Amino acid sequence: MTEIRIHGRGGQGAVLASGLLAQAMADEGRHVVAIPSFGFERRGAPVACFMRVDDKPIRAMTNIYKPDIILCIDPTVSKVVNIFDGMAPGGILVQAGKGDPAALALPGVVAKLGLCDAVGIALAIFKRPITNTVMLGAFARTTGLVSLAALKSAIEGGEFRDAGLKQNLEAVERGYHETQLLALKVAA
Amino acid sequence: MTALSKPGKVVVLDGNEAAAKGVALARPDVVAVYPITPQSSLVEHLSSLIASGELDAELMNVEGEHSVLSALQGAALAGARTYTATSGPGLAFMFEPYIRQPGLRLPMVASLVTRDTLTPQCVWGGHQDAMLVRECGWIHMYCETVQEILDSVIMGYKVAEHPEIMLPVNVNHDGNYLSFGVTRCEIPEQALVDDFLGPKNINWHAALDPERPMSVDPLTGNAGGAGPSMFVRYRKGQTEAMAHALDIIAEVHADWAARTGRHHAPLVEEYRLEGAEVALITLGSMTGAAKDCCDALRAGGRKVGVIKVKTYRPFPVAAMARALSQVKAVGVMDRSVSYGWNSGPMHQDTLSTLGKTGLRMPCLSFIGGLAGADITEAHFERAYDAVFKAASGDMPPGPLWVNEKD
Repeated sequence: MTEIRIHGRGGQGAVLASGLLAQAMADEGRHVVAIPSFGFERRGAPVACFMRVDDKPIRAMTNIYKPDIILCIDPTVSKVVNIFDGMAPGGILVQAGKGDPAALALPGVVAKLGLCDAVGIALAIFKRPITNTVMLGAFARTTGLVSLAALKSAIEGGEFRDAGLKQNLEAVERGYHETQLLALKVAA
Repeated sequence: MTALSKPGKVVVLDGNEAAAKGVALARPDVVAVYPITPQSSLVEHLSSLIASGELDAELMNVEGEHSVLSALQGAALAGARTYTATSGPGLAFMFEPYIRQPGLRLPMVASLVTRDTLTPQCVWGGHQDAMLVRECGWIHMYCETVQEILDSVIMGYKVAEHPEIMLPVNVNHDGNYLSFGVTRCEIPEQALVDDFLGPKNINWHAALDPERPMSVDPLTGNAGGAGPSMFVRYRKGQTEAMAHALDIIAEVHADWAARTGRHHAPLVEEYRLEGAEVALITLGSMTGAAKDCCDALRAGGRKVGVIKVKTYRPFPVAAMARALSQVKAVGVMDRSVSYGWNSGPMHQDTLSTLGKTGLRMPCLSFIGGLAGADITEAHFERAYDAVFKAASGDMPPGPLWVNEKD
């Protein structure tokens, strides 16, 4: 079982992203559960989403406290929420952001980083910082847990209120190809 | 999966959407709704299914939950199959027509997307709303998974409309964890559901018909004349139908399993009770984590099991006693409180079962998962520890509050 925690802010589509990721993984034959954290939906407020993926049926319908992978679709939410809470050494981080990875001041538990300028890509495509589908591409590239083709097929079956299908397909494609991968030294 | 069962289409959706898909497959004639968290997306899905023509039903957007159920009672008296869904304060506002529905013997299915109740102000899941109406004469079934929601909504109609039952059914699913929890779900074919449900058997005992005029729900009771005996006939008929519903619920689940290959325990599920010394009793979506915890402890040699209640009203005393008779001590995990007993409501049901059947064992009350709090595998492990301690004589005086230190 792999446990994934998604962090973002209200309005970026973290919950929708978790649904699309669940659909894509299920289409590839995996068992998957996605549970959003439950606050009031306010734009800009920190939100989280909890996902489990496995080759066998998943029974626990609970939140995630020890994530193997963190998918953070917002460049600044980590300043107000400890997104690394509970992560054991050797974890994977897929982070929206740009610049020198050293400036991220990551904790020693992160062994692999996928960094993607999702805000820049989203502004270019949507004219708004909606980073969810960009970061799904970054997630696929960094973790290899889902294929780009499955993500695109899930997006084709999704419903988008704020942007068109064509733009979201471009977003996931660019997120996939424009993610910078770095292996980090794990501190005990 | 049996050779006869037919696989459906596998989709990925949350519990509210699964409920809406189940409703659409059951083909109600009239749906009345008023949105409320965490039920809102359920009625939005239903509304879009009706708008797109996938479900051919009348959708009534009314001004509040009292009107929702009043309107549906009128529709049911005109021969319609009906549906609604509500949560927490919406259910509270629905209370007056809610308590009338079973007495009128009007079958229907209503989803309770369970939510903790005021006050303090909260919008999150918990069973307190559904527990407050547990003695109103509705059948209550609680779902563990998204798939079970879809299946149980459909099965609910078959139970409700059974000629020997004719009672309304609440199919309950946990707000948040199931309402918004996304997972795989198999959608059965329409023809399978049509064949399973058969022709509608709504309310021909009370259908409004100009050719057969009758008074519905006339003043009945008081001391003297036909009043007392007539009132008793109504009440006794209702309670006997409730008791009989246990058999029908089991039959309907067996029929569904034969057609779909999906076996949901109809009343009580016994999980790993062989050789178990202690068990925890669960209700709803918490059960998955309890089973995971049980497996982990079993792997370490500890003799534990899980007893899951699916049908909560009528309470399945015989099935519960059968499960309880296999262990030496038990703990009940309630997601709500009984103010009158300083414990959980299902803890009281379990104590009553023990008393009624002559079984004796330590029976602890755990209260957890209030207002959206999580009940994790770690919480269940601590609960098992407490039940083992109780089995060796260390019984706490009051309920154990699971999330008190979270």
